[in-house]
Amino acid sequence: MQKKDLSLLVLILVVGAVVAFINPRFILVGNLSNTANQVGLFGIFSIAEAFVIIIGGIELSVGSVIALLGVIFIDFIVNRNVNWMAAFAIVIAGGLLIGLIHGALVTRMRIQPFVVTLCGLLIYRGAARYYTEDGTAGFGFGDSFPSLEWLTAGRTNVLGFPLPHSVVALIIVTVVAWVVLHRSVFGRYLYAVGKNEEAARYSGIHADRVSVSAYVICGGLTALSAILIAMYTRSISPAVHGSFYELYAIAAAVLGGCSLRGGEGSIIGVVLGTVLLQVLQNLVNLLGIPSSLNFAVMGAVILIGVVADQYLVQRGRRATAAKGRAQTNVATAPLERANAE
Amino acid sequence: MPEPFLELVDISKIYPGVVALDRVGLSVSRGEVIALVGENGAGKSTLMRVLGGVVEPNGGAIRLDGVERPSLTVNDAIEAGIAFVHQELNLFDNLDVAGNVYIGREPVHGGPLKLIDRKRLHAQVRPLLDRLGADFGPDAPLADLSLAQRQLVEIMKALSLDARLVIMDEPTSSLTLTETERLMRVIAGLKADGVSVIFITHRLNEVMQCADRAVVLRDGRVVGSLSRAELTPAAMIRLMIGRDLKSIYVPPAVPPGEAVLDIVEAVTDTYPDRAVSLSLRRGEILGLAGLVGSGRTELARAIFGVDRLRQGAIQLDGRPVRISTPRSAIEHGIYLIPEDRKRSGLLLDVSIAENVSLPDLMSCQRFWLVDTARETANAIRQHERLKIRAPDVATSVGSLSGGNQQKVVLAKWLSMRPKVLIFDEPTRGVDVGAKYEIYDILRRLTDAGVAILMISSDMEEVIGVSDRIAVMHEGAISGFLDRSEFSEQNVLRLAVGHST
Repeated sequence: MQKKDLSLLVLILVVGAVVAFINPRFILVGNLSNTANQVGLFGIFSIAEAFVIIIGGIELSVGSVIALLGVIFIDFIVNRNVNWMAAFAIVIAGGLLIGLIHGALVTRMRIQPFVVTLCGLLIYRGAARYYTEDGTAGFGFGDSFPSLEWLTAGRTNVLGFPLPHSVVALIIVTVVAWVVLHRSVFGRYLYAVGKNEEAARYSGIHADRVSVSAYVICGGLTALSAILIAMYTRSISPAVHGSFYELYAIAAAVLGGCSLRGGEGSIIGVVLGTVLLQVLQNLVNLLGIPSSLNFAVMGAVILIGVVADQYLVQRGRRATAAKGRAQTNVATAPLERANAE
Repeated sequence: MPEPFLELVDISKIYPGVVALDRVGLSVSRGEVIALVGENGAGKSTLMRVLGGVVEPNGGAIRLDGVERPSLTVNDAIEAGIAFVHQELNLFDNLDVAGNVYIGREPVHGGPLKLIDRKRLHAQVRPLLDRLGADFGPDAPLADLSLAQRQLVEIMKALSLDARLVIMDEPTSSLTLTETERLMRVIAGLKADGVSVIFITHRLNEVMQCADRAVVLRDGRVVGSLSRAELTPAAMIRLMIGRDLKSIYVPPAVPPGEAVLDIVEAVTDTYPDRAVSLSLRRGEILGLAGLVGSGRTELARAIFGVDRLRQGAIQLDGRPVRISTPRSAIEHGIYLIPEDRKRSGLLLDVSIAENVSLPDLMSCQRFWLVDTARETANAIRQHERLKIRAPDVATSVGSLSGGNQQKVVLAKWLSMRPKVLIFDEPTRGVDVGAKYEIYDILRRLTDAGVAILMISSDMEEVIGVSDRIAVMHEGAISGFLDRSEFSEQNVLRLAVGHST
């Protein structure tokens, strides 16, 4: 675990302890289980976002994709009687395809990722609303998919704690993403492209292919979370479902140490960032803060976190610079003397 | 010649480690055309920046209209009528000609909105167009103009500011012959109107054609000022060179073998009408000399697959190969160490080990996961072999000196058995000690059978390290030199395109 991740963990524990002290309901099993479920749902698409941010891109269409793929999934299994496993596969494929298109537009056409995915945000939201004719997609009375529901929205008792299956999914995704990003050759390429695309290219890395893969991975993981979220909410109004979720994802990634310039960030950090955001959400509810202030609280905490981090980084840099100066002075002193003579 | 209105007296400019200007004197009289010549890095650009008020000299004085001061500010220079026509033109593509000439000084209608009076604006520009004999109107969109026409717009801008001295930095470097002729006529016209011109150029025939005087800089010093009567290419070249070069040449242990890499009629995008052919032999260092902008880096990038070749072929061991990406070049054993290591060579805030393994990660993987033990072991081997000065291979390369960073870039390729190594400016920004270590490494590589193409603008390096030299001039090879023909004079003559 990196130092940054550790300080984020400490921050979460401190905030959690304060909330628990003020309102003990925070640590009730039911509340913790619900918060964990939220972390599971939000964590997966935050990791998705992190892949794109690490290569120096951005993905703004996450929320709209969650709405579009969500209504498609529910419509397929409820109204069109598609086998849920087939529907699952189709939706994941749809997510991968969206990622592929975004990646291709960014690398082949050289359009800025912000623009590509901003257009995606608008297009998929509109498509989702058109798909349901602006109606709500949901399960009708008596529609029942016991195994799918158990798999996606169920909970399993682990040592007396009802562990939501979304958290199980997040744990699996986290482990795989961690290995890919931090241990694999491909992960090295992702960071290299994010840090210095030109140097990566000069080192023989197919930078464009690496970038496209990041968008594809992001699309696939977003599709997975779209299904989990759809099964959790059970009804989707396409006009609002998942809106602003891309911002939760970016916020979690930034809290987790990702730089929007690319090349930085850790998977553990992103997950912890998601946890912090959900704890803050919960805090607003439990401490009786008007829920209209929800976003304001989150924004303020992120800003304070980023400012504090920047302050520490700069202080660290000044310290190293001073040390470096001292060293060069020692190293060049004899030379200067020689020159003077 | 009338009294000079501008005089530089003993101007010096010292950067940490480099003396860019060493007690330079220069005077400019009304209507005088001065050519400023010298090799890359002789101090021409720094001197011009002092005149423009952009660079503050460390010593000396500037006498302007009889007033002596230690330095000029940008505003002093503008008020005194010193105007620049830059190599990269500072114009706005989205405006028309008149809008560019009077940018920020547009005549406005009365009234609170201060709308631009387009009619008056165009009328003001008209006489300037006539004066320069321009073949376009005041309302021509700048985006439609050629580079030569844009240059005229820059000159008009200078004239509209009542310039007394127009400074042009390599104005003809990207002009065609007819465009150059026209620019020469414009310069003559300015001279007739009493405007002085200083132009920096590498083309000695232009100097011959229109300069009243040539001032030759070398290593930050004025080494000579040739009057009209004394101006000959031979005299200029003699002044531009003439350092004693230390002999650092180490001959190869075995004579160079057969050709490894053949470039056949290669055409790059920068010089679409010039083709380059050369062949590189096993075990030799071929120096590629030439002035900045002669197309050497572009050639290297095309061989390495960063850019595409427009035409031509690359042959490796006599067989044609297709190189479309750096990856395919690497798979053929052709490696490039780029000119700008910070931009294209390194991940600065990453460890030495991770930088070294980057091009060859597939050889330290197990089930697609990075085998860090093998990665570290390989990095340590290179660390010792190249004597990289860093406590260990976990050190981030951003904290290393230029020479050690360059060694890390070298280390990236050395573990992969290069066949051909293209080294673009091997010792730029590298301290003296590391420089000789790098030369030593190059020789050891060629003795092991590697062929090296060394692009260098450093005369001492080209002559002291190469086994053979190819000189480029404006996108084409202007000549090859064998060791017996090596001299600064020969290289320079080919580099400026003066063949006799």
